[in-house]
Amino acid sequence: MTAVLEVNGVPEKPDHVRQIRRGSLSNFWRALRSSKKAIVGSGILVVFTFLSLFPGLIAHDNPSAETYLPSLGTSSAHLLGTTSYGQDIYAQVIYGTRVSLIIAIVAGLLTTALSVIIGVSAAYLGGFADGVLSTITDIFLVLPAFPLMIVIAAYSKNGGFTIIIAVLVVTGWSYGARQLRSQALSLRNRDFLLAAQLRGERKWRIIVTEILPNMTSLIVASFLGAAVYAVLAAAGLQFIGLGSVNTDSWGTMLYWAQNNDALLTGSPLWAIVPGLGIGLMGGAFALLNYAFDEVNNPALRPVRRKAVSS
Amino acid sequence: MILEVNDLCVDYVSPQGTARAVDTVNFSLDAGEFLSIVGESGCGKSTLLFSIAQLLSPPAELVGGSVIFKGENLVTLDKNSLRAVRWRDLSVVMQSAMNALNPVLTIRAQFVDVMHAHGQKDDEESDKRFAEVLRLVGIDAVHLRSYAHQLSGGMRQRVMIAMALLLSPDLIIMDEPTSALDVVAQRSLMVQIKELQEKLGFAVIFVTHDISLVSNFSDKLIVMYAGSVVEDGPTREIFEHPSHPYTQGLLSAFPSIRGPKVRLKGIPGSPPSLTQLPAGCPFHPRCAYAMESCSTVRPPVTPVGDVKVRCLLFENAEVHVGSD
Amino acid sequence: MDQIETESASEPILSIRNLSHHFPIGRKIRRAQLHAVDDINLDLYQGEIVALVGESGSGKSTLARLLARVYRPTSGEILFEGRNIARIRSRRDLLSYRSKIPLIFQDPFSSLNPVHSVGHGLLRTLKLHRPELSREERRDTAIATLESVGLSPASEVLNCYPYELSGGQRQRIGFAQAISCNPRLILADEPVSMLDVSVRIGLLNLMTDLRNSGISMLYITHDIASARYVADRLVVMYAGNIVETGPTESVLGNPTHPYTRLLLSAVPDPMVAIKATAGDIGDPPRVIDPGEGCRFRWRCPLAMEICSVVTPPLLPVSEGHAAACHVTVRSVSENL
Repeated sequence: MTAVLEVNGVPEKPDHVRQIRRGSLSNFWRALRSSKKAIVGSGILVVFTFLSLFPGLIAHDNPSAETYLPSLGTSSAHLLGTTSYGQDIYAQVIYGTRVSLIIAIVAGLLTTALSVIIGVSAAYLGGFADGVLSTITDIFLVLPAFPLMIVIAAYSKNGGFTIIIAVLVVTGWSYGARQLRSQALSLRNRDFLLAAQLRGERKWRIIVTEILPNMTSLIVASFLGAAVYAVLAAAGLQFIGLGSVNTDSWGTMLYWAQNNDALLTGSPLWAIVPGLGIGLMGGAFALLNYAFDEVNNPALRPVRRKAVSS
Repeated sequence: MILEVNDLCVDYVSPQGTARAVDTVNFSLDAGEFLSIVGESGCGKSTLLFSIAQLLSPPAELVGGSVIFKGENLVTLDKNSLRAVRWRDLSVVMQSAMNALNPVLTIRAQFVDVMHAHGQKDDEESDKRFAEVLRLVGIDAVHLRSYAHQLSGGMRQRVMIAMALLLSPDLIIMDEPTSALDVVAQRSLMVQIKELQEKLGFAVIFVTHDISLVSNFSDKLIVMYAGSVVEDGPTREIFEHPSHPYTQGLLSAFPSIRGPKVRLKGIPGSPPSLTQLPAGCPFHPRCAYAMESCSTVRPPVTPVGDVKVRCLLFENAEVHVGSD
Repeated sequence: MDQIETESASEPILSIRNLSHHFPIGRKIRRAQLHAVDDINLDLYQGEIVALVGESGSGKSTLARLLARVYRPTSGEILFEGRNIARIRSRRDLLSYRSKIPLIFQDPFSSLNPVHSVGHGLLRTLKLHRPELSREERRDTAIATLESVGLSPASEVLNCYPYELSGGQRQRIGFAQAISCNPRLILADEPVSMLDVSVRIGLLNLMTDLRNSGISMLYITHDIASARYVADRLVVMYAGNIVETGPTESVLGNPTHPYTRLLLSAVPDPMVAIKATAGDIGDPPRVIDPGEGCRFRWRCPLAMEICSVVTPPLLPVSEGHAAACHVTVRSVSENL
């Protein structure tokens, strides 16, 4: 900021105790970069993304090919051993990253999008529309998610992961919608929204350009939370055999491992490693969520006690 | 002299830098005196008040000075002794009664809270006392059974004052208690406070941004700007002969109801951010009388008659800056 | 608006006739009506500042929002250049009305969207209300408007975010948005109440400058001293009614209604010694289902029997000056 702001020719400074430099976005990046949680979380996700895009670089075997001797232990040829069907576990884990990550991100995005549309519209439209949308939200909130997931998925056994994503979205959107509606409601009485309405902006434009930009932090947090939910819930669904059991994913690895009593027959890594993968991916999103919260709300940041000199 | 504040300094520590909210403040208060601390937003007056009452919390930190209340330094007092002093000798009235009163308890329950905190029992005697303090502030005792939201703004503030009087303290500190009230309620509350003070003999420190409000009620006046005390003395004296250019500007920024209608100027610019104070005198960028030395030298306190001023204009001679 | 605009100053810009607005409150079983404003009659003319003075509960903010067409009144009408604004249907006509009668808000901290630069609102206003301007022209107009409210360097200010500006600067942005579309009358809802004292004068002076350039203003405030400083006429409201109205000096010099007298006596004045007033502790006005009769009667030292029965009408006290009180206004005719 080079020029000094003046009123009627007299220099004026803003009356804040803390003078924040221009570009709150660059401030935000800086804070995020210095947060340990953010570094760890995003580091893990970067690795997983790389594995999703170029699995062939890391694992040289075809994950579904039943070409090896079954139930081998770890060795330099098979870093994690082989399954009961003679598949290379290591290759399966690497290739399985892609499906799990895609489910997490796509389900997360769709869930968040639905939460935003319903939650914010309910808050802004108010009145009868709010009543209808809120009731729908409450119904979905109260439905027991897991049984519902099982029922829906059971009726579409071979739909692959599109069905899983659909089920996750249908059962997961209502929580975020509630939160987003609350925040949008608190914004609703701010004068700048009335000012926008009075200057003639149309309702949809007010929602998109005036309200949503004020909610970005909650929307991002919603997405990260939805991604965690998606990772874990998808794994759960796949583990009990829903969705196509022939896809390469961590959840289906757990399914097959369980069916073949992997822990008992000497191939424990068949079950443990994909479980670790799921935990790591979910944890990475969760860490990012925490980091995001801390950056947005300095009161949550870890306190570093410095010696104060008088 | 029941209160003596010496060289008090309070800092706000934040990632953007350290802001000195209260810079070397000195003043004293006698028993039964009414002292007003006046200043605009960001001048540090509320911070000063909280530091006297030992109510500061991070990122604010008391980094220097002492607060001698009835012979004891409150800054160095341990928690238990401080608790004993609180409310019994020194009580606080907050700015917004709606925020300070517990919304789910009746008024009586909150009074009982105070009694219990000071080891007193809730019995017939205390009931009489509750009715008495409410009567003192002009509220019917039936409201002991009311909740905060059932009372009007003016009544809530009076309940706060009644609560502050429960243990007959020697000093009551008030942080802008009238700012949420309309002008009629404001006036009435001020008159009430003054009457109570004359009847019961407690001292008052009253913080406000509205200098005209305290003109008729206050014995002494302290004017704050950017964390420093710029003028300190008897109220009448300051009103009739304001010395510091900021005080002059402040007094002339109030349009009056009576008297001739003239175009006022106010004070150009706005108060500085406490993390980026100008060098020398913090007011010099806005001051019509600024000299060269004002941008480098921090003015010391200079007595001008009964009044103490921080301004280089008074350092040497008996210079009287035109107060018209 | 396809009206031919009369240039004569004797035609009011806004004409308010028997305006009332009630809010339903309470549960369905014990539904009551909150009478925010009742039976308001007021004319606002070219080139004047009219101060609407009253405390909380007086109805002044509701009146401003009725004039800004935020609410639809329960009864009565508001005529803009002779036409009832409730009948404005088309979007084009509504936009035109809003550009001629803009509203300025009280809170400098919530009137600007924190995620957009301050130029955003100004440029959008210009885009919506002056579609004939090109993008370049819009920007130039915005810069010129910012300069005219005293903000500089205007091109820098356009890109600033609200947190970079002080409260006084933000209120000036509000004024800039209002004047950017050549308004006829600005509705200013307590524009300086949340600003520091030393900053208020600058904005009040800006308001008088705007009035001198021909823009009228309805200045809503609870501070009668600042009302005196800027206003040509004073309108005093209590509990939703107008209780006194007239030229500023006339009302202040000869306050007739007991509420006006009470207000004036409560204004802090360093030069006047305090007379301890008998306990009017400022009880809020009774506006829920008030019924007939003067709404000030419970606090009025002069109340008589008739005050509980008949709502006092506004009657003339002197030239242009009227008050609504059975006791203090001596009626010219005997027909009371």
